Amino acid sequence: MPNINEIASYAKDNANKLGIKKFDVYGSTVDETSVQVDQGEPKQVKASNRSGVTVRVWNEDNTMGVTSTTDVDPKGLELALKTAYEASFFGVKENVPDFSPEATIPIPNTPDDKSPQAPVSELISKLLLAEQELLIFHPAIKGVPYNGLAQRDIDRFYLNSEGAARTESHSLASVYLYSKTEEEGKKPRSAGAFRINQSLDNLDIHGCIKETADKTISHLNYEKIKTGKYRVVFSPEAFLSLLGAFSNLFNAQSILDKQSLSTPDDLGKQIASSLISVCDDALHPANVGAESFDGEGTPTRKVSLIENGILTGFLHSAGTAKRMNAKPTGNASIGAKVSISPNFYHVFAAKNSEQELSLETAENVVFIDDLQALHAGVKSLQGSFSLPFDGWIVNKGVKTSIESATVAGDFLELLKSIIYVEKEVELTPGGVAPRIWIDELSITGD
Amino acid sequence: MLTSTLLLSNQLPTLQYSSTPERFDETWEAPLATLLGLGRAAGADFIEFFLERRNYISCLAEDDAITSISPSLATGAGVRVFRGKADCYVSTNNLSFSGLKTALEKGLSILGLHLPAPSNFIPEINLELLRDYATKRGKDGWLPLCSSIREMGEVLLDGTAHLKRKASHVQSRRATYFRDWQEVLVAASDGTFARDIRLTQSVGFNLLCADGANRASIGERAGNTSDANFLRTWDYQQASEQIAESAGKMLYADYVESGTYPIIMANHFGGVIFHEACGHLLETTQIERKTTPFADKKGEKIAHESLTAWDEGRAENAFGTIDMDDEGMPAQRTLLIEKGVLKNFLADRAGSSRTGHPRTGSGRRQNYTFAAASRMRNTYIATGEHTNEDLFASIDKGIYCKKMGGGSVGATGQFNFGVDEAYLIENGKITKPLKGAILIGEAKEIMNKISMCSQDLELAPGFCGSVSGSIYTTVGQPHIKVDSITVGGR
Repeated sequence: MPNINEIASYAKDNANKLGIKKFDVYGSTVDETSVQVDQGEPKQVKASNRSGVTVRVWNEDNTMGVTSTTDVDPKGLELALKTAYEASFFGVKENVPDFSPEATIPIPNTPDDKSPQAPVSELISKLLLAEQELLIFHPAIKGVPYNGLAQRDIDRFYLNSEGAARTESHSLASVYLYSKTEEEGKKPRSAGAFRINQSLDNLDIHGCIKETADKTISHLNYEKIKTGKYRVVFSPEAFLSLLGAFSNLFNAQSILDKQSLSTPDDLGKQIASSLISVCDDALHPANVGAESFDGEGTPTRKVSLIENGILTGFLHSAGTAKRMNAKPTGNASIGAKVSISPNFYHVFAAKNSEQELSLETAENVVFIDDLQALHAGVKSLQGSFSLPFDGWIVNKGVKTSIESATVAGDFLELLKSIIYVEKEVELTPGGVAPRIWIDELSITGD
Repeated sequence: MLTSTLLLSNQLPTLQYSSTPERFDETWEAPLATLLGLGRAAGADFIEFFLERRNYISCLAEDDAITSISPSLATGAGVRVFRGKADCYVSTNNLSFSGLKTALEKGLSILGLHLPAPSNFIPEINLELLRDYATKRGKDGWLPLCSSIREMGEVLLDGTAHLKRKASHVQSRRATYFRDWQEVLVAASDGTFARDIRLTQSVGFNLLCADGANRASIGERAGNTSDANFLRTWDYQQASEQIAESAGKMLYADYVESGTYPIIMANHFGGVIFHEACGHLLETTQIERKTTPFADKKGEKIAHESLTAWDEGRAENAFGTIDMDDEGMPAQRTLLIEKGVLKNFLADRAGSSRTGHPRTGSGRRQNYTFAAASRMRNTYIATGEHTNEDLFASIDKGIYCKKMGGGSVGATGQFNFGVDEAYLIENGKITKPLKGAILIGEAKEIMNKISMCSQDLELAPGFCGSVSGSIYTTVGQPHIKVDSITVGGR
């Protein structure tokens, strides 16, 4: 792929040729290798070196058009600019997206720290070893049907016709393992774990193996649960996946589109238990894939969303910030209609709780480890959810796996029903969070 | 003395191929045959190139304005190299001869193979005459016949205006449309050389109604392959009336009381039950991973005798219709289950070689960045002998699942799917609307509980995510009765 200077040059030359005075370009290249194994043999290796850019063009009437392309040579960029220019005449007339006012302010410490990629043979041997260790961990573990070890180099850039030019690069390595058990007279059980780091050398594969094995084995002893209301504890990953499913609460574009559970007037209102605080913090030290700017070139930052249960902020693009008299927050993508998404949640206890709860002493609480089928069971605009889950019924520290059950409720009610936020946070793919205790939720089982 | 015209390895850098850049035609035969020969000379057992060009556009109308027109252009290729049981897939944006050669070399080297020495001959790979489904079926002219940006906008705005007239308590109205034009070329070392054009379109509504604390959000989507005029034929008046009626009923619906019920699932998108509870488990991908309970059940009864099911590539204009799969194999009609007996699995090339089940033209992928895998196409439960009245009359207390949401199936055969629009059945009659239901179960168990099938088979478009990305598929069924299933609610 051409480098950013070449792309900038191609874009400017072609814009001049087409009479386009105002444009911006966001793009990335990804160089990735991943491996899978099966029963002691490499199964599939995938490698790709792909690139893509999105160009936005404003015409003489200041309406905007956009086009994405994987062709970043001069001809491809010319076609993209031309297509975007044609589309611009059908662009919105009101609240037209514009350059971010922060697209040119300096960013300290833009990451440019790639780790050297390991040979594929090393990836395969590490994953084969991981599979082998899982298979010998317990006689009931008969296979690791889903597994993968990947390394990835990512380069991102943003530039515009007013002189903005941002680049950053970083590397990521990740592993996932998902093992399955088979025992005579019992249903197959399964569980998995995931780890991510900046480099393969620092990737905690051993921790991933142990977590996968421990979880899978913990599901061997399973029972149906009686339908009813239970005190529920969400694992960090489960709580963050639910929070992510209802992220329209904090999304300024969704709010302006009336596609949110919040309204602009909700800022300052108590929406959750005073025990909890939530930030979106792309630059959190635990965020190994931290990005320093968003799709509009706005620097990312820490944004307080909930403090002591009070709604304190929204996530903004340049456009929503202008309309809502706020500042952009570095959460925008580039597009014909700019979309907004969270970067990295940080959930934490807002204050010391009057009561200390523990799975070691609690009686008959449901510990939800992993929520499934969020795309089907979440009604994000209604606030309700009904979801299958992996988890255990826990009685004074003794865990019994739950077979085939769902948890249901209303997310806003759930936030207010938080009775305890543990102190220890865990890293998950979507952020960091502790376990969250909910007073009562409906569980459907037997 | 004979002089050979065979290509020598050291001649590769001097080759000048001039393939047609804006079309995958016969001019691609020579460079691809050379690269396939190069891969064979390096010791690969099998090599396949997949080339793709895509022209996509989406359009969004919100309330009474067009708020997004998003074109997207993509070009890329993937090369898959097999050596023994292992395979390697490398993708690239660079479709020049040197770009494809670089990708091939990378794939070979990952599998421990190296290019032949300079003096080695490159074996000739004789590709078949280009099997050009696009030209043969008149697809080359499709793209210009599709709706223009202006027409897209006009249709969607007419649609949302009609929705406004039909619905009450409207908080937001959306109409979305996309057109996905894809040209593909497959060349493989077994001589496969085939080209196709696919045209997939989809249009639909999303309606959010609110009255105080009561909220209802309902979506409806139509989809099509092969008809450039699709958007012009969209009956948005009927669609808006249906969605407005559904939202009106669900706005004040009670939450479903959780438990185990007999249910009736409507036709159309109700077919998601078979897609999740059985279809995925008949893909050879699942046999390879040992994540299907049906792996060794071919020829055995795995479902109620009332159930027959098909997966096919050629249903006219249906969302999952393909003339050839992404490995260049002609699509076929595959009988999956006949009167409860498992007849066939869905196999791609790799799945076939690893499991022994014959290929069924089911090798599909989202785009060039994915290797093909065994995937569903148009999958449906066949019509049965009963009437809808028979189905309802057989239930004293149960749930009518009129409109299904999405679902998923896990590694142990447990499946789930959401219900967007449901009603209580009491003494054979529909009595009141219900919301918040999700159905869960185990594939092995549920297949024997689909005990009655009606006669009103209808297909519906869907999007299916799996190992080779998100693809267009069709689900379908007549009205069916499930004797009992766990319904999650409050």
